[in-house]
Amino acid sequence: MNTVIFRTIAPLIVAIMLVFSVYVCLRGHNEPGGGFIGGLIAASAIAILGMAVGAQAARRALRLDPLAIAGFGLFIAGLSGLLSLFTGSPFMSSIWLYLDVGETTVPLSTPLVFDIGVYFVVFGTIATIALALEGDGEEEL
Amino acid sequence: MGPGMDASIALVAVAPFVAAALAPLVHRIARPFAGWVLALVPAGLFLLLLTLVEQVVAGGVISARIGWVPAFDLELSFLVDGLSLTFALTISGIGTLIVLYSGAYLRGHPHLGRFFAFLLAFMGAMLGLVLSDNMLALFMFWELTSVTSFLLIGFDHTRQASRRGAIQALVITNIGGMALLIGAILVYQLTGGWDMSAVGDEIRDSAFYGLVLAAFLAAAFTKSAQVPFHFWLPNAMEAPTPVSAFLHSATMVQGGVYLLARTTPWLGGTQAWTLILVCLGGATLLWGAIGALRQTDLKQMLAQTTIASLGLSVLLLGLGTEAAIAAMLLYFVAHALYKAGLFMVAGAVDHEAGTRDITVLGGLADGMPVTFIAAALASLAMIGLPLTLGYFAKEEMYLGLLSWQWPDIGVLAVLLAGNAMLAGIAMLILVKPFLGPVLPTPKPAHEAPIAMLVGPVALGAASIVAAVMPDWLGHTLLEPGTLAILREEVSSHLSLAINPASPILWLSLATWALGYLVYRQAAAMRTLARRFEAALGWTADTVFDSVMFGLIRFSGVVTRLLHHGRLELYLVTVFAALALALIVPLVALGGYNVLLPTAELGNWSAKLSWPELAPYEWGVVALAVVGLTAVLLAPNRLIAIVALGIQGTAVALVFLLFGAPDLAFTQFMVEILSVVILALVMTRLRLDERDHRPLEDLARDGTLALVCGAGVSLLLMVVLSGTLDTRLSDLFTATSVPIAHGHNIVNVILVDYRGFDTLGEISVVMAAGIAITALLRRRAKGTGPTASVPRRRQRAAP
Repeated sequence: MNTVIFRTIAPLIVAIMLVFSVYVCLRGHNEPGGGFIGGLIAASAIAILGMAVGAQAARRALRLDPLAIAGFGLFIAGLSGLLSLFTGSPFMSSIWLYLDVGETTVPLSTPLVFDIGVYFVVFGTIATIALALEGDGEEEL
Repeated sequence: MGPGMDASIALVAVAPFVAAALAPLVHRIARPFAGWVLALVPAGLFLLLLTLVEQVVAGGVISARIGWVPAFDLELSFLVDGLSLTFALTISGIGTLIVLYSGAYLRGHPHLGRFFAFLLAFMGAMLGLVLSDNMLALFMFWELTSVTSFLLIGFDHTRQASRRGAIQALVITNIGGMALLIGAILVYQLTGGWDMSAVGDEIRDSAFYGLVLAAFLAAAFTKSAQVPFHFWLPNAMEAPTPVSAFLHSATMVQGGVYLLARTTPWLGGTQAWTLILVCLGGATLLWGAIGALRQTDLKQMLAQTTIASLGLSVLLLGLGTEAAIAAMLLYFVAHALYKAGLFMVAGAVDHEAGTRDITVLGGLADGMPVTFIAAALASLAMIGLPLTLGYFAKEEMYLGLLSWQWPDIGVLAVLLAGNAMLAGIAMLILVKPFLGPVLPTPKPAHEAPIAMLVGPVALGAASIVAAVMPDWLGHTLLEPGTLAILREEVSSHLSLAINPASPILWLSLATWALGYLVYRQAAAMRTLARRFEAALGWTADTVFDSVMFGLIRFSGVVTRLLHHGRLELYLVTVFAALALALIVPLVALGGYNVLLPTAELGNWSAKLSWPELAPYEWGVVALAVVGLTAVLLAPNRLIAIVALGIQGTAVALVFLLFGAPDLAFTQFMVEILSVVILALVMTRLRLDERDHRPLEDLARDGTLALVCGAGVSLLLMVVLSGTLDTRLSDLFTATSVPIAHGHNIVNVILVDYRGFDTLGEISVVMAAGIAITALLRRRAKGTGPTASVPRRRQRAAP
């Protein structure tokens, strides 16, 4: 399975998948997609990278411990819910902000932050599991 | 009752806890004087409470309420009347002396700061208990006293006996705590309020009176160590002596007596109340007194007499007459003063002479004159000689029972016997260790440090001072106290005059004479009592042990049954539960009826036909069938996993074709990842390549799989055959863009409408990830047990 072709192509596929995963995550509010699917795609990308270059190298390429990424996701997801407390509304009420950038309007919102949190949690957790299984268990996680 | 009053009463309940938090710090800074510094807190509270005396004596009731958790109607409502003030003054007054005493007794102990913290926290809980009017607050403080006493009894936690005593006390008093909570809730249901002062006759008149009574009595009897719950108290003597002097004389154990007194106006006075309290109180009195005779250890003797005294108090509350209530109040104060004093004396003797066994002690009065004076003052009060508080208490007890008719005579006889034994024990405690020839002791006896003498001497003196002013005593203690318990005005008649014509005088003389007899025959009675116990063969203590061990064994059996560690059985359990959850409602509710052909249909089999599907839809069906067949026929596990992925892909395609792109998208990713992860698990965990299940296991698992599959299909068909309730989807469709600014309803639901659910789900995902990581790391670090190694060998591995 670990052929030259696979090893050469894998980083390319991984890069495309990661970009695509972000795209899927961001467009999720209006088109099919969302943080969960985006996270799964990104995690698959890391799993592929792990198969191609080894779990150690994949981990190095990530720079951050995937479990820490998942923790960060959970943190910002919770935080996005707490923001509404400052407006006096119940936990997780959404807040929307429309920014005019040049000719278009960029909608920012707490659900967006929440969805990004979901993305990180799913990505981090699945990547952790996949890399832990791909490594032979010798390296410290 | 202005705001100033509120603040001051709240201070009484809160200040000890603040002091407890600061105690370790104070101890570190003021090392040798920590006791003196910390004693300022209870002393201050004592003075603060003294300022309320005037108002309470004038017949006033001071109440204060502080909203705490308004949503639960939980208020820290405090009530200061004659009863609670008597208890609060006793607690803070004796508490001051105990803190001082502890500083010297445990001098140099590495955990003295912690000890002070526990002690002060306990004091706060106890003060809260007697001052609370709200029953929930009462319950909370009640439990806090149990918890803090657990910490105090188990203070010397390296000793097994001390840990056992602590756990036993906690278990027994917590059973009572639960009963108290039940009782409080019942009263709330019956009256609609949590305040005890507002409860009237409705409880006695209600059909649930028996239940309420049982709950409150269970609480009081466990706390106050009544037979048959008495056994925890002697075991609690494992605590350092200052703890026994405080908790097991005047405070913790009197909690039950307090509760009974507090509930007398609305629970008392019935036949059941009188019968139970008088009988159990009397039994406890005699049992405790006989138990005390059995002992030779000073502290154990005192503990047993405390049980007897608690029984006496309960008995008096059961009688419930004016004289009995007055006697109870007097006896409470008298007992608190002399018993705390005697415990402190016992601690001083132990501390300075090295033993507490009265058979090896003698002539200590020479070496410890001040301790001897304190012991004498306390013992005389315990005997009930004139000019001590104990004398009045005894007089009042007998006063209410002079009708010379049947039940009264019986009670009188019990009281006489109990008092006589207590008097005899008091003589033993005074004479044996302190008088007579000097016996050699492990340590050469010498006087205790001043901080350990202040307490017993002050308490002994207080007993005398109070007794020489009977009018003042009656006015400030008895009248407000009986008013609080009986809710009616009673005038005091205490006097120092001795009337030879009164039968009470002769009863007192008889008590002392019998007491002297007990003292003379102590050794013989001890042998008799011990023989009796040996003949009995078991005690409540051993019963407690067997119940506790039985509980542990039972939970072990249950745990092993449910947590057997065999993965395939866990899975079987999960899927069997799923099958039941699917099939039972369908059958029980008759949901499958909609699937049966109806009568109008006529010859339904003729109308069956192939569904009309487009060619590509047939392709998807074919894919699913191929996947399914491949799973079943797969020669090894790897192929089965991949085949399962094919099957899943077909399902995802179905989703895609029938208008659920989001779902399809996710399904694709999940299928891919589960194939990858399953394959990795397969290779990394070195599982057998082939499936080696025996035939019966295959049959079991196959049946379960079929039942689950059929259940899910049936459920879906039933759901589809009914009319779909579209209220929610209509709402989401209508509001998704205007209020949630999103066109993808699925996503809007996930991140906005039901974002809270999603938050929970991603938390679970995260937790599962952590758990899996931990499992894999364990495998990596272990010396090689893998999943294919049989469980027994795996256990033996380090």
